Amino acid sequence: MAEEKVSRRDFLLYAMGGWAAVGLGGVLYAMYKTWEPLPEVKAAGIVRFDLSQVQPGQLKVVQWRGKPVFVLRRTPDMGSCENRTVANEYTVVVGICTHLGCIPNWEVDKKIFKCPCHGGEFDACGVNIFGPPPKPLEIPPFKLEGTTIVLGETGPEYEKMMKG
Amino acid sequence: MGNKLIKWLDERLAITTLWRVLMAEYYLPKNINWLWSSGVLTILVFVILVVSGIFVLMYYKPDAKLAFDSVNKTIMMDVSFGWVFRHVHAVGASIMFLVLFIHMGRGIYYGSYKAPREILWVTGFILFVLMSATAFTGYLLPWGQMSYWAAQTITTLFSKIPVIGPDLVIWIRGNYIVEDATLTRFFALHVTLLPALIVVFTVIHLYALRIVGSNNEDGIPMTKEEKKEKGIPFWPVFISKEFFVMSVFLFFFFYLVFFNYKFAMDPINFEPANYLQTPPHIYPEWYFLSFYEVLRGFFFSETLGLIGFVLSMVIPLFLPWLDTSPYPFISAKHRPLFRIAFWVFVADFVALTILGKLPPTGLFAWLGFIASLVYFGFFLALPIISKIEKKQAASGGVR
Repeated sequence: MAEEKVSRRDFLLYAMGGWAAVGLGGVLYAMYKTWEPLPEVKAAGIVRFDLSQVQPGQLKVVQWRGKPVFVLRRTPDMGSCENRTVANEYTVVVGICTHLGCIPNWEVDKKIFKCPCHGGEFDACGVNIFGPPPKPLEIPPFKLEGTTIVLGETGPEYEKMMKG
Repeated sequence: MGNKLIKWLDERLAITTLWRVLMAEYYLPKNINWLWSSGVLTILVFVILVVSGIFVLMYYKPDAKLAFDSVNKTIMMDVSFGWVFRHVHAVGASIMFLVLFIHMGRGIYYGSYKAPREILWVTGFILFVLMSATAFTGYLLPWGQMSYWAAQTITTLFSKIPVIGPDLVIWIRGNYIVEDATLTRFFALHVTLLPALIVVFTVIHLYALRIVGSNNEDGIPMTKEEKKEKGIPFWPVFISKEFFVMSVFLFFFFYLVFFNYKFAMDPINFEPANYLQTPPHIYPEWYFLSFYEVLRGFFFSETLGLIGFVLSMVIPLFLPWLDTSPYPFISAKHRPLFRIAFWVFVADFVALTILGKLPPTGLFAWLGFIASLVYFGFFLALPIISKIEKKQAASGGVR
């Protein structure tokens, strides 16, 4: 084995090849990074919202990653759902019907979300109760910081909710 | 004067030798039919797409706020004859796939993928994939509802890839949803990288063809010398027939462009993209329906559907290695078993295309499932057919 020493030419070849590989890697990495979402897009991907500004029984819509997020402060007559409740009394769901992606309306008198496209209905917790929707409205990843909800980050409350 | 110029160029570029090798002394067998003109037709359609593309590019604006109006107002209403170039480009994209399917079907029926033409088949397959990517990226550019939701749906498929999926889809879109960043990068790929790659692979495809030569109706292997003796030169004999086919084809093409362009222009796409409202039914253009139906065919399992979808597009690449029976079992003309399998496959492909447009419920869901299985059944039957034919060949053949 000791006889087979690397010649000067081999050494130059390996050195040049290695250096070229480093250069190529750098180029590919830079290309990869150009396709990442721009800082402004990333910043809009995490939305902070103060839950205490919502009055009991009121619905507010927050825009998050191009989707409407419904924040509803429930009153006791709207029923309860342990596993879909944020900070004891709020429903926080992505406002896109799980059937075909239309946006349901909040009907104050009936206290349901009703989809105008195909008549799907969801209760105040966002659970499908009538019509074609196959599953409840999706809960976006969130984190709680006091009374502020951070959409787009996962906190222990969200993880617990997903497990339960 | 003309001769002098040619001589001057010849001394510097050897153009007469090049012409001889590529055209005048490149021979084709005589036992071929009109289907052998489909290859040159793909080049014709590609040229039509490039030329019409350049003209629509002059007014198109790749910006989520401007794109829709630049197509539907500026090009369609304001630019003189702008509508011609838009319709030619849209119809051209559709017809490209018709010609490609005929070209590939010809290759499968007559066994043109078999040794020694594997590289021709593989480069042809790559060209099909590149053309699909070009069609898909181009379809987003008018920024209508169908453009937008087709891109949204197909990019969402990437999010189902285990582990990296959710991050990958955001990286592809450059946003959490299909947005301006997606439009501009699809535009860049559609007008630069993808067409450039298509040109490169077309050159390799044609180079490979010059080495191994055209197959023929009977799949008889022929050396270059045999072809020179019994065949016809590409230029001027074959090309004169090709010109005839081209002119018939162009009548058909411009008939579609002027009188029947609507099949290439979905009405839903004349509504501007709205990321808060999904159209009730999302479906791809007709040429992707069969693959789309395989995705939906495994209706009881999303994962199986995705695996099936990817496999349905990749599996044709392996044809030369799935079907290995030797001469005389090359052309379907002399392979009764393969011929049955081929026509079942063609009927199944048509069935998948029709089912792809129908709602995936009840009976249609089951039919889609069965048709998807038959699609794969064709490819899986090939090694078995090869085995039977090899036995026949060993015992003296069928002829």
